[in-house]
Amino acid sequence: MAAHKCNIFMLAFVLCGLTYVFVRADIEYTNHVKDAESGAVDIAPKTNIGASLQSTKTEDQTQTAEEERQWEAETNPADAPSDNKADHVHDTMQNLDSRPAPYAKDQTQEAAEEERQWEATEVKEADHGPDTMQTPDVPPPTPAKDQFQEELVIRPLHSGDIYASFQFRTMWDTDFLRGSKVSHYRLFPKSLGQVISKFSVRELHISFTQGYWRTMQWGQPFLPSPPGAELWVWFQDTVTDVDGAWKELTNVLSGIFCASLNFIDSTNTVQPSASFKPLGLGNVTDQRFLRYAVLPREIVCTENLTPWKKLLPCGSKAGLAVLMKSEKLFHSSFHSQALHFRPVCQDWKCKSTVWELRQTLNVVFDLHTSGQGKREWSLFKMFSRTLTEACPLASSSKVYVDVTDNPQGELFELSPTTPLLSQAVVLGDRRTYSVYDLTNQATFGQTRSLNMLLRWRAAESGDMLRPLLHGERYVAGYGLQTGEIHTLMYNNHPYRAFPVLLLETVPWYLRLYIHTLTVTSKGRDNKPSYIHYQPSKDRLRPHLLEMLVQLPPNSVTEVTVQFERALLKWTEYTPDPNHGFYVGSSVISALVPSVVAMDTNSTRECPLFSSFFPCKEESSYFMRVYTEPLLVNLPTPDFSMPYNVICLTCTVVAVGYGSLYNLLTRTFQVEEPSPGLAKRLANIIRRLRGVPLL
Amino acid sequence: MAAPLTLLLVVAVTIRAVLFRSSLAELIPERVEVVSPLNAWKRVVEGLALLDLGVSPYAGDVFHETPLIIYFFHFVIDYAEIVFMMADALTAVALYLAVKDYNKTVFRKQKYALEAERYPLDCLELIRTPKEMYYIPLKVAMFYLLNPFTILSCVAKSTCGLNNAVIALFILCTVKGSSLMSAIFLALATYQSIYPLTLFAPALLYLLQRLYIPVNWQRSSFWLFTTQYAFMYLGSLCVMVCLSFFLLSSWDFLSSVYGFILSVPDLTPNIGLFWYFFAEMFEHFRLFFICVFQINVFFYTIPLSIKLKEHPVFLIFMQIAIISIFKSYPTVGDIALYMAFLPAWNHLYRFLRNIFLVSVVLLACSALFPVLWHLWIYAGSANSNFYYAITLLFNVAQILLVSDYFYAYLRREHHLTHGLYLKRKDGSEATLVLK
Repeated sequence: MAAHKCNIFMLAFVLCGLTYVFVRADIEYTNHVKDAESGAVDIAPKTNIGASLQSTKTEDQTQTAEEERQWEAETNPADAPSDNKADHVHDTMQNLDSRPAPYAKDQTQEAAEEERQWEATEVKEADHGPDTMQTPDVPPPTPAKDQFQEELVIRPLHSGDIYASFQFRTMWDTDFLRGSKVSHYRLFPKSLGQVISKFSVRELHISFTQGYWRTMQWGQPFLPSPPGAELWVWFQDTVTDVDGAWKELTNVLSGIFCASLNFIDSTNTVQPSASFKPLGLGNVTDQRFLRYAVLPREIVCTENLTPWKKLLPCGSKAGLAVLMKSEKLFHSSFHSQALHFRPVCQDWKCKSTVWELRQTLNVVFDLHTSGQGKREWSLFKMFSRTLTEACPLASSSKVYVDVTDNPQGELFELSPTTPLLSQAVVLGDRRTYSVYDLTNQATFGQTRSLNMLLRWRAAESGDMLRPLLHGERYVAGYGLQTGEIHTLMYNNHPYRAFPVLLLETVPWYLRLYIHTLTVTSKGRDNKPSYIHYQPSKDRLRPHLLEMLVQLPPNSVTEVTVQFERALLKWTEYTPDPNHGFYVGSSVISALVPSVVAMDTNSTRECPLFSSFFPCKEESSYFMRVYTEPLLVNLPTPDFSMPYNVICLTCTVVAVGYGSLYNLLTRTFQVEEPSPGLAKRLANIIRRLRGVPLL
Repeated sequence: MAAPLTLLLVVAVTIRAVLFRSSLAELIPERVEVVSPLNAWKRVVEGLALLDLGVSPYAGDVFHETPLIIYFFHFVIDYAEIVFMMADALTAVALYLAVKDYNKTVFRKQKYALEAERYPLDCLELIRTPKEMYYIPLKVAMFYLLNPFTILSCVAKSTCGLNNAVIALFILCTVKGSSLMSAIFLALATYQSIYPLTLFAPALLYLLQRLYIPVNWQRSSFWLFTTQYAFMYLGSLCVMVCLSFFLLSSWDFLSSVYGFILSVPDLTPNIGLFWYFFAEMFEHFRLFFICVFQINVFFYTIPLSIKLKEHPVFLIFMQIAIISIFKSYPTVGDIALYMAFLPAWNHLYRFLRNIFLVSVVLLACSALFPVLWHLWIYAGSANSNFYYAITLLFNVAQILLVSDYFYAYLRREHHLTHGLYLKRKDGSEATLVLK
């Protein structure tokens, strides 16, 4: 019997081995075929054929490499460190092999630079042609500033979830404002560039978010965004018809991003006076040129991601963007993609400005739905892809992993390890990151792919630092007649009070009563030092309530305001009226006192994720918090009734009209009895017969 | 006569004061039957709050009172309860005095007619006696002050009470024959809510009758007085509108008050016919039906004036009733005003055809309003159709009530000229029909 068992075992083993060999051979064969095909197809659009070929090849190999690695890890965990060492050696070897690729890249960049220099001088001539006196002051033409950076930050969250934040920055060195028509685009997406120059946009911020960021569980996001779609735009002060430009712009953006931004109209657009100041350069702060709108009902999905990815110089073909597979990105508890366009300083002297396009994508993968409940994350598990190369057009391409809470590796284990560590001041906190530089081939190791693995050692993570500022909102009251909006603002700072700006945009069909506004903290009335209130106009514009409130230390401040629910016309209801109506998130903007000194130098080289909000002073940092959107039910008419209602009401009016008409036009008369029918018939017959009538 | 009236006023004020202090004072101002977007106290306070914030009260769509109201309450906001109680008392006293004076006139006329033997002999039982007429003014005041509708309206601090006071003062001035004051109060009432514009015709008729000027197109005295009265009316209206303009230095209030009344953008349920009709209206017919419904209020003025040109006070009653039924944002306070006149038409009682049915329906509907509102808005077990059905029934009952009184009035007049017991040609008892 034992021999029998042994035989069966052997047979199974042999079979497995054979299968493995066949499968490997098959994969390799298909890879070759695919290489040939994709090479043939991709030649045309690529500037660097070698790089593209290599990228596609490695991309396809990723799968097998990944399998291999996992298998290795399972069978022989003890060998892992030695393996990594071997990878290292192998990588250095490979670096020598892959010399030609960067060289080719340099060449193309040089060509691009030459071209740009030429264009730049031409523009200058056009500008300063007549006065030659100024020419000595003009610095020698700086090298091209169109550049592209990409980075990915991974932050393990205390809840066991994982937060991945992509940031792509494209700098656009152009001058579309001064009437010089830009027709040549390099890294900057043409579709967006044309729109921006046509509508004279100064700043544009757009975000699409699915899910709500749970601040108390996850801490602060690098870039906050409200659920649904948010769009705010600063126009140039040369724009005369701002409303018209805004209307057209929303429609165009709606087309570009396949989103329902065309539903932005005057009923959900506001002009906040203080909450949304320009984030880039420029001193135009007249709110006439600002438009802000939120569509809390917007559903974000693949069709919004694809056009967003297309704006990247490398698309989703190379670099960090290969990780963006929509079936994984949208299988998450939070997904937010955003695009920020603004003017920034070109260099530290800030003599000239460049336009910065920042595309960010934040995603939180759930421990249970995406991670199967195991506290173990890898790039492959998150995105079902691994990294194989940087975008060839990127001047920097990095992956950061937040290891602040894990200095000695007691909380989780990160592999492959990287010697590079970086410190950055983010949201008032000094964080430490392990950095993987994708432009360095050594990062990819032997397998030519980077698949970071984060494995938690401790089952329960330590305490999270509570966010200093936090907001919540809910609707109180019952019934469909009135209600009350409660906004709670938490200041968790133990001893510092700080002011916050609260912005509430409420649609017109919830009629706010501003005299019922109360602001209380610690049980006492807390009078706002500034209130900007714009009441709504029916079917025309929403309520806008902005106020500056001082939050006492370690307190909850509650803002309540009562509203009345309007009955709408039957055509104004959504197709599912009993689902309710959304009210966009309220926005809390604050300068929060910082524990560590903030970096006020905006032009210094620092990770992208830490440099979005400009910092004016060292002692505090800017923060924006979005509360939950609200879902409010309104009373509904019976939608099947229009004909009945028209008929019945008109009947009542007719009863009124009829009875009055009757009394007005007729007079009283003595009723003469009319003869019965039989009698009348008899009389007719009698008349015919010529006999006297009855 | 002053003692019972004083007692009545004390009782009425006590009831209101008690209700103001009770828990109902929180509940009643939220009732859609009692307050409309036009006259809710909450909105007056909101307008004052907006003014304090430095925002024009007409910048939003919450405040629809006239500028004079907002300035009035700017000074008396702390005494609002007293103001509303005083407004009710004032209305009652004005109606009391007006009806008293009117009764005197009626009695005098009747005496002349009797002396001239103009009435048929069998009409003696239609002749009104001083004994019967003695308590009518008090009853009118009582009907106004103790009417639950008025009490609710007052406790809700609906500015409808103020409008009623203005209309009551207008009636008093008209009946007293003071054409200038009558024109001023009529202008004030028009300024407050457009619709009292239709009261111009009965006031003019009454004043002409009082001055013994016949309504005759050929007579210059008729035209002279008409022009004079119209000039006083339009002049004071103009002064009020200009004063409002100078108070806020903007014309925004015109669209926000009168545009709001006429175009009915706010479809908050009320006891009227507009809200559900225009919530369910097809968009491209909206303007047409708004015109039809608004014209309906003004439409009856001319035919009624022709028919009732000898009886302007009854015409005033008819007009007030029609306004309160067909106006765009009616409340129970409007109904209370015309119901206060019902005791003045006590003598028509024998000719009313369906007063029992109508009063039962009105009572039942008043009870059902809160019930069905609760079922729709709070319990969720009924829908809007339930509440709508009750508003329909309530309005049908009001229409029947008004047309019944109109019928009775006309019929009594007919009997006064043709005799009470009419005979057919063959001598049998005849029945009267409208032909």
